[in-house]
Amino acid sequence: MMKFFRLISILFLMSLLLFACMRSQDGSNSYVSSIQIKGSDTIVNLIQSWAENFVEQNSSFNISVTGGGSGTGFASLINGTCDITMSSREIEKKEKILAKYKNIEPVEFKVGLDGLVVLVNKSNPVIQLTLEQLRDIFMAKITNWKEVGGEDRKIVILSRESNSGTHMFFKERVLRNNNKNAKDEFAVQSLMMPSSQAIYDEVYQNPNALGYVGMGFVNNGVKAISVALNAGSKYIYPTSVNVMNNTYPISRPLYLYTNGKPKDIIKMFIDYALSDVGQKIVLKTDFVPIKKIK
Amino acid sequence: MRKIIDTVIETVIFICAILSIIFVVLIFGFLFKEGFAFFKDFGITKFITGKFWNPSSNPALFGILPLIVGSTLVTVGACVIAVPIGVMTALYISEIAPKGIRDILKSLVELMAAIPSVVIGFVGMITLVPFVRIFFNIPTGLTAFSGSIMLAFMAMPTIVTISEDAIRSVPWHYKEGAFALGATKWQTIRRIVLKAAMPGIIAAIMLGIGRVIGETMAVMMITGNAAHIPDSIFEPVRTMTATIAAEMGETVRGDMHYKALFAIGLVLFVITFIVNFIADLFLGKSKNK
Repeated sequence: MMKFFRLISILFLMSLLLFACMRSQDGSNSYVSSIQIKGSDTIVNLIQSWAENFVEQNSSFNISVTGGGSGTGFASLINGTCDITMSSREIEKKEKILAKYKNIEPVEFKVGLDGLVVLVNKSNPVIQLTLEQLRDIFMAKITNWKEVGGEDRKIVILSRESNSGTHMFFKERVLRNNNKNAKDEFAVQSLMMPSSQAIYDEVYQNPNALGYVGMGFVNNGVKAISVALNAGSKYIYPTSVNVMNNTYPISRPLYLYTNGKPKDIIKMFIDYALSDVGQKIVLKTDFVPIKKIK
Repeated sequence: MRKIIDTVIETVIFICAILSIIFVVLIFGFLFKEGFAFFKDFGITKFITGKFWNPSSNPALFGILPLIVGSTLVTVGACVIAVPIGVMTALYISEIAPKGIRDILKSLVELMAAIPSVVIGFVGMITLVPFVRIFFNIPTGLTAFSGSIMLAFMAMPTIVTISEDAIRSVPWHYKEGAFALGATKWQTIRRIVLKAAMPGIIAAIMLGIGRVIGETMAVMMITGNAAHIPDSIFEPVRTMTATIAAEMGETVRGDMHYKALFAIGLVLFVITFIVNFIADLFLGKSKNK
């Protein structure tokens, strides 16, 4: 019995000691050496390569990058569970209000540009669409490919989940034509895919499907559609050059958001992202830099 | 001295046992708290019978009828496939198969239960989805039907192992009696064994259903997630579980959308509770016999 009690008391003392250690560390160590980045799936690859290169140069730091969607990123910035939100859309008014309510002050940095590419299967003869036609397709007013010059096949609409910045941007730009008061939504028949990769996979194997993804996801397995502002204007193919000179109609800026003015390592990371080296990585991951790189 | 150790150990065991009950009660309480606040704000009938799930539009619409229909369709489809195959497998394993085959089959079925659902979803997405689209000549293979097939795979191990237990526990003298009266093997299985084991088999089916309703990852990957009420099983659907998983990340704590997801969780919890309750009822019945 004595042995039993002694064991218990030793365990108790040890746990007390451990607690004390943890407390003291918490108090003295205000210097952040690890950052959490969360948000858009679209740019997760870009931020990941930034993080890897950044950590290579400053090996004492630790950066973790997770996707989930821009909405997810903002939600966790507001809930205080991440340091930087990567986003493919601007912060919404609703989110700003919530942030203020929770004493979070989001600061915005524009770090790159992205063109949204409308994808179809390689066997689909359609190569170009106007914004108007795209809008009608995604709202299920056009339901057969033959109405836009294709074969007699039903159109399968692929969209991203509503937590994705890509979803929001496409809705605002194409469905609502940048009209803030419009209430247009994706057709209820549209398939909400959990990731850009899932959209790519379905388009890759299904000749009926069309979907939209960020420029980084396009390769030779699928076909990108040229888009025109209206029936009278030129059809523009989505390339980096066309996004940078603002002729491709479905393009958008990419952002990082921090809580308050960034300092220490967070500031270092953002400076790195905006530097020439960082912007070169933007180009390498198939996005478009915000300025000309030397 | 020995008594003290005894009481200490007993208390520890008691605490462990009571812990799971406490967790269930806490989870239920939490779901109830968040979900109920939502019912009060939005209205329970509007929630259950609403046909549109548009949580991010303005004004937001939280109608889960399409989600309930989606979950039901996938579950029923999975049962139609898994129940006959599962029960037959159980019969074969326990009544017909020679010993060598029985052991192999049994461990294979148990291995099936160990496949993670994300793997099942991934395999389904790459192989089954294109096949279903081409074979049935439909616009897309991401349908309730594909989901049902993949989920049938997940329900089968549960159905097989528990029904097999039930069939095996049918007393030997029942069968001897039947054979003595000149019944063939099939007659004995159909009239005696199946009948005696029925409560256990129904319990197995119910537990299988419980697994299917709660399944998330595989369903999210292969049913297409279109929140509209489908006309047939060959159309994309969206289930309740997939909705919670896909949208939980974007919500802010305390938000209307956040509460709506908890309300879906509550609906799911009630459904699985009822299913498990029925299973328990039948399991109890089979034990009493």
